Order: sequence, then C-alpha cells, then structure tokens
Amino acid sequence: MSRVPLDPRTAPAFQTAAKMLLGDAQLRKNVRHATDVIQNKRRKLVEEKHDWQLLRESARQIRAHALQHLDVYLDEFERNFTRAGGVVHWARDAAEAQRIVVALVKESGSSEVIKIKSMTTEEVQLNNALEAAGIRAYETDLAELIIQLGEDQPSHIVVPALHKNRAQIREIFRRTMNLPDLGDKPADLADAARRFLREKFLRVKTAVSGANFLIAETGGICIVESEGNGRMCLTLPETLISVVGIEKVIPRWQDLEPLIQLLPRSATGERMNPYNSLWSGVHPGDGPRAMHVVLLDNGRTNVLADSEGRQTLQCIRCAACQNACPVYRQTGGHAYGSVYAGPIGAILTPQLMHMEHSQTLPYASSLCGACYEVCPVKINIPEVLIHLRNKVVEQNGWYAPESLAMKAVAAVFRSERRFRAAQRLGRIAELPLVKSEKRSFSIVGQKQATKPGWIGWLPGLLGGWTDTRDLQAMPKETFRDWWEKRGKA
Amino acid sequence: MKVALFITCYNDTLFPATGKAVVDVLERLGHTVEFPPGQTCCGQMHWNTGYQVEALPLLPRFVSQFEHAEAVVVPSSSCVAMMREHYPMMAERIVAEGGDATLRQRTAALLPRVWEFSEFLTKKLGLTDVGAYYPHRVTYHASCHGLRSLGLGDGPQKLLNAVRGLELVEIANLEQCCGFGGTFAVKNADVSSAMLSEKTRAVLNTGAEECTACDNSCLMHIQGALHRQRTGVMTRHIAEILANTEASEAANDTDGTEVTL
Amino acid sequence: MTAAREEILQKIRSAKGVSSPEVAATAYAGIERSYQSSAQLSRKEILHLFEERLREYDASVYRASAAEVGAAVAGVLSGRGVHRVLVPEGLPLEWQQGAEFVADRGFSSAKLDGFASVMTTATLGIAETGTIVLQNVSGQGRRALTLVPDYHLCILSTNQVVETVVEAMRLLEPTRNLPTTLFSGPSATADIEMTRIKGVHGPRFVDVVLVGEE
Repeated sequence: MSRVPLDPRTAPAFQTAAKMLLGDAQLRKNVRHATDVIQNKRRKLVEEKHDWQLLRESARQIRAHALQHLDVYLDEFERNFTRAGGVVHWARDAAEAQRIVVALVKESGSSEVIKIKSMTTEEVQLNNALEAAGIRAYETDLAELIIQLGEDQPSHIVVPALHKNRAQIREIFRRTMNLPDLGDKPADLADAARRFLREKFLRVKTAVSGANFLIAETGGICIVESEGNGRMCLTLPETLISVVGIEKVIPRWQDLEPLIQLLPRSATGERMNPYNSLWSGVHPGDGPRAMHVVLLDNGRTNVLADSEGRQTLQCIRCAACQNACPVYRQTGGHAYGSVYAGPIGAILTPQLMHMEHSQTLPYASSLCGACYEVCPVKINIPEVLIHLRNKVVEQNGWYAPESLAMKAVAAVFRSERRFRAAQRLGRIAELPLVKSEKRSFSIVGQKQATKPGWIGWLPGLLGGWTDTRDLQAMPKETFRDWWEKRGKA
Repeated sequence: MKVALFITCYNDTLFPATGKAVVDVLERLGHTVEFPPGQTCCGQMHWNTGYQVEALPLLPRFVSQFEHAEAVVVPSSSCVAMMREHYPMMAERIVAEGGDATLRQRTAALLPRVWEFSEFLTKKLGLTDVGAYYPHRVTYHASCHGLRSLGLGDGPQKLLNAVRGLELVEIANLEQCCGFGGTFAVKNADVSSAMLSEKTRAVLNTGAEECTACDNSCLMHIQGALHRQRTGVMTRHIAEILANTEASEAANDTDGTEVTL
Repeated sequence: MTAAREEILQKIRSAKGVSSPEVAATAYAGIERSYQSSAQLSRKEILHLFEERLREYDASVYRASAAEVGAAVAGVLSGRGVHRVLVPEGLPLEWQQGAEFVADRGFSSAKLDGFASVMTTATLGIAETGTIVLQNVSGQGRRALTLVPDYHLCILSTNQVVETVVEAMRLLEPTRNLPTTLFSGPSATADIEMTRIKGVHGPRFVDVVLVGEE
C-alpha cells in the first residue's frame, strides 16, 4: 500500500508538471466539474448570508490576533488540555512528529491505526513512517481511502480525490476490495467504503487525526467533517493522537461563532457540514481513554517571522481558493508538488520550505485575485505571491538572465530620454519578425487605418507567448510623438 | 477640469490609438487634457514579477510628474490597481530606507485623484452617456484588476449601453481571468494558453464583432489568439468606442488620409 | 520533548515579539464582532425554517404536544418498522413507547453495532442551518450512541430551537467543556464527483419529533 508522497523537495518545476497535466483531458474534466459544482453551491450560500463580509473581517482579526499572540495561546491550550486529561507533545519538524506518533501508537499496544483525513499528517508523510515501523494505517475518509487504495496523491485540501471520476474509483475499489461486481453509482461506491471500513472502526484501538481548531480557553479540539468517519475515529478507539499545526489555535470558544459559519459555506458549499465535534482532553466514559495532541512547527515559525508572509498562517484549509483559481482549475493539484495545492499552496509551500524549494510556485498565478475574493479569513494571497516573487528574485541574484533584462528595462523607465530611445529601437529590433498583412481584419469603421503587421514567433524567454498567440507589431508612431506633433500643429 | 493623462508605457508604445481616443472623449466633454512628458511606467511589471528594488524609483517619478494635476486619468485598470494597492507601501519603504520623507504624504494626497478612464467618467463625472455612436455588436471583458481591485462593477457596461447603435452582448463567466497576468503569460505559457482558449471560446460564443475592455493588456492577449486562429473578431479599448461619433464615422468614410494606428 | 517545546516557543517569540496574557487580553477585546448575533425572525418563522432545513436533509419532522410524545414516538417507530431502540440514561420513560427500549450500560463498540436504532433528546436546534446540538448529558448520553446505529430519532422541544449559529454558540458557552456534537442531517459525502450521497458511516436516517404547543 506504499506510495510516493508529494514532496516539494523533489517535485518538478510547476511549469513542467503543469504542462504534463494539461495533456490529461480526463483529469481536467474531473477537476473542472468538481470545482464548478462546489463554486456554484458556495456562491448561493454566501449570497444568502447578509453579514458575510462582517464574518470575514471578524475571522481575519481573530486569526491574525491568535498568530500575534501565539506563544500565549499555545501555552494556555497546553495547560487546559493537560488539565482535561490530555497530553501535549511538541514536534519541531516532520521527523520529530513521525517519531512521536510512532512511539505513541506502539505505546498504545496497537499495530494498526484508523485515520481521519488530515493534510498535516500528509505534510509530514506520516503513513510512510508508520509503515516503516510496522504499523498499518487505514484512511477512513472516502476520498483519502480512494487515494490510499489507488496509491495516488491528494490533489485538493477538502476533496483530495476530486481528480478521479466514478469509473476510475470503481476500478480501484474493484481491485483492492475484491468486489468484481461493484457498480459505478456514487451510492454503490460509498456503500462499499462503508462496509470495508465498518469492521476497522469497531476493531482498531488507536486513531490518528488532525484538527480544524484548538481552543486555548477550554483546551478544546474542534473537528469538522461530513461522513461520520471522524466521529468514529475520535469516539470508538481507546487512544487518539491528533497532529496539529501550531497555527491552528484560536483564543476562545466564542471565536467559533464566525469560523464555523465561514468554513462549511466556503469549503463544501453547505450551510453547515454534517458533523462538528468539540471536546477537550479525556471524558471518562465517553471516547478515548488516552488523548494526545502533537503540536507541529515544521517551518511554521519561519512563516511567522516574515511579517508580510505571516497572514498565510491564518488559513483554515477551506480550499475555496483552489476552487476559484483559474490556474488550479486547469492543472489540478498535483502540479504544485505539495499536499497544499492551489493559491494557498503557492504561498504556503515555499515558505514552509524556507524558500529553498518550490520557487516556481509563487509564479503559478495570473494574480487575478479570485482567491483573495473568496478567502473566508481574507488572506491577501496575490500580495503574498508578489512578496515571495521578490524573495525568489533576490535568491536568484543579479546575474540571472531574466534579472539582467528586467534591470535594463527598469533603467529605461527611469528616464524619459532612454524610454523614447527604446521605443524607437523596439520598432527596429522587431522588424525582422513582423509579417505585414495586406488584408485588414478590421470589420468596423476606420477602414482606412493602416494596420500594423503581426509577430508570430518570438525568441528565447518570450517564445511561450507566440506558441499560441500572435503579437501585434508596434505602430509607427507612439502616443507621445503624436501628442507633440499635435501641439506644434 | 484640467485632466492629466497618464498614458502608461505599453499604451504609449503599442496602443497610441487608445490615448488619442481618451483625449477625444475628454475634450469633447469640455475638459482640458495635458500630458506630463516625463512620465514613463507605473512599475507594475517589475513589482509584480518580484523586482521591487527596480520598481521603487518609478513612484517618485510618477508623483513628481502628476502631483499638481487636478485629476489624473489612466486608460488601464491594472496600472491604477498597482498604484492604489502598492504605492502607499512603496512610499513607506522608500522613506524607511532613508529616501525622500515627503513622499509618503505626497503619495497619499495624489492617489485619490487618480482615476481609471471609465471610472473617471462614471464615478468622478457621474456620466453614462458620453455622446458616442458605434453601430456594432460588442462584448465586454471585465479585467481582473478592474473587477476586483478597482470595483468597477457594471460602470463600463453602463457606458457601453448608452452608446448609440451599440449592441452589448454578455460574455459567459465574466469574472474569469483571460490568463494574461503580465509575465505569467510567458513564464507559465501553457497554463496561460489553456485559460486563454476558454476566454476566446466565450468571446466567440457571444457572436460579437468586437471584444472591448478597460485594459489593453488583456485585449492584446485575447487578440493574440483571435488573430492566430483567424477568427476575424477584433479587440478594442473602451475609450476607442466611446470616442467614436456619427461625425467621426462620417469623417473616416470620406477622409482616408488620417492614420489612426 | 521539553527541548522541542522551548525551542518552538522561543522561535515564535523571536518571530513576532514576546506577548503576555495581559497584553493578549487587551488586544483581544478590540476584535470586531459586528456580524449578526440575534434572531430576526418570529418564533413561528424560526420553527418553520428549522423544519424546512431538516426536511432538506431528508429528515422527517413530526410535531407533538408534551402529552403526545409517547404516542408520536410509537407512531414514528412503527412507520420505520423499528422494534428495538437503544436509549441513553435519563430519557423520560413516558417517551419510550412502541418498541423495546434498551438503556446504554457502557456497551462495547461491537455491542453498539448490534443496535440499528437510537433515540435521544438534544440540547439545541439551529434553524438557519438545520443543526441539532448533542452533548453528553442525561437524555443524550455519550457520543458513540448517536453514531453507530443507522437510525436516530431525536426529540427536541420547540423552545430549544434558536435561529442563528451565533445564538447557539452563546447558549452553549456555560457547558463548553462537555463533549459536544453539532449534527446537520444524516452523514454524507460528496467525494465522488461532488454528488451528495446521504449516509456513509454515521446514521443514514434521522427523524425529529418537535415538542411544544407553538
């Protein structure tokens, strides 16, 4: 059941991966369909919520505040969670988180775990570590199960298998669950998963999860889900281990007021998701007898240290930005080479990697702003993208070819004289590339207009443009030349 | 009103007809247009691509060229968005790095007087009918910066609807990006092309003769594919449509000497 | 482990400055909360909305006066063909009519799996989202009870129904340390082509009896 996890350290450049995925018509159709459906549902439910912008602003302030005082709230969470019978562990990086969880599972006396969908455990590649330690992990979220059984990788934060359609899922289930006669209706497939997992819910004594929110004031945990697999994992086993990023803490219970309204409407386009579970520590006679929270850094303090990039950590993992992103909608999630795909991944992944990997991701955006518009906690993703591009440029150094060109152009813009010279020079330089056209394509007025020619091929870095588009050649006269002549006339 | 025109670097070089149209419309409405000659570029390309150091000097240049203007009109949403969203931060940075300390205040004072061309007409002047005539079937492409950063709303469509003879046809998925994104179109050319092909399909589905917008950057991108595919559909900046009148139409029909492009 | 704790907290402090509970509390008070926090509909409209939302989830909703609950329960159960029902401690005996009722005695997971039906009361209903709030108190029991059986009959008084999520969260504040589950319709998934499928692991069928004269 082993699979190669998405790893930003070894992933190809976004452009390279995207080019390959753009050729997968089935995948693009699946992604398009799923994101269309979620977006339409979301749009209707956001429109009916008259205080949506007020909820967003409140949530933004809560999340920003929690980050600004993160040391205080983590300390408070730890105290209250411990008082409620839980145990807190701290993991500096993925390897430490893996070690802690493996040790806790062994301590629980189990060689199997049932898992709730958790991007954090995907991030630290927990399943591979468990397997290496002889522990079998069963993903119980339907999409994660599809991914696990299909030896695939998640491509979306909320609906990780949205790149697969029903026929593809049926093939995976037929093969791995030994169900030759399985139908391809979604209800049949969900039923197969229900039967496959039921026995595991009742038998396996240890569970692993992530969490949507940690509540400092109560030492509480909030897990938001739909299928009931989450409730199974967090109530039936004897031991529950939750791996949670340090940024997930919120100060108080009342902070849930906006957050649990914004999250389901943004994530799945529902007024409320089927199940929200809230509890703190161990409750005798109800749920696990041992409860652990592993607080994970793994690069998050690095993000926190950058005052402009910090807002990235406000994210509540709703994936609305993925659904809205025209780039993600073309390529799907795998192109991003990280469990965090789409716009949020384009800013989160390189920062978690200390800007040492995934440097192409900040450029995987047309800066159209659709992500910022839908973000329930108002992360200004385009602004952070630009900020990270600046970091990449600084890393690349002044001697990179693009940098030399950009610096030359900047020098041109700093002087009117050089700008005019460049305009003239441009017209000369492009001459060999311009194909003149006798026939005008204009079908409206200005019949007399001398149409400039078109460029169908450009060299070097600019060649990407002319693969699918022509470029209009420069007109004979610039605006400023015309303006000056007009003044003299 | 005395209006200073910031033409923008690419309109100046590649789309002079748009600038002439802006001058036509504003003068027709009784305003005086001036053109500060030291202007070059707003800095957007550098800033958005990550070359912040290179973009910074363009801010004081812009401020010193335009700070005495009563109003600044710019026929490009994305350049106006660049100024509104990033100039205050750029000014802070210049001051923090020991630059001209007055720049913060001067930038803040100037920005409220900077208008994108269509919003100058609809919001500042409160106009929808500018007396234009354009007997064609046209669809409007909402650029992302106009739509999301400037909040132009349906202002441009109101201007177009008031044009005599113009039939405005709505495009599907109006809010969807055309895939230009500045250097994105070159750095991620394949994804950009995939986005563009959806946009051109939407344009063609409207059956319009022309596609218009408040940004020549998007239009250059869309036109690039429409031309490559020999569709015969043209793109045209909204200013050029609004500049057209029955009189100019008649003049064009008889007088073949004027070269507009 | 302590080394990791100290190192992470130290990194956090050097990343954004040291805070203290007092400083945090002062800043916290400034957070804007101007979203809608109180009901805007009449009681009648709220109950109507609640019923409508529950029906959108394919839950059946029945109305009964306080005196009629037992008879209503018997009617609903017989309509569903249910003969044996798991119940938590503290559920009023007079409601337990029309089937065999078995009180939870801390059954194992396997034993719980032997029950197809469960009946409980609830803490709150939220009209705008069709949500029902369950807590580990008398009459509702531990969380697994309302999870493992495939059918859940929930009895709720009309005066426990509020309009908004915010009102509900504020009413829950005093008991926020109890295990609490907000459920909105039967368990569901849309993981396959975004087609909503009712009923995966949690109860697939939910009925609600609303008790009150309103």
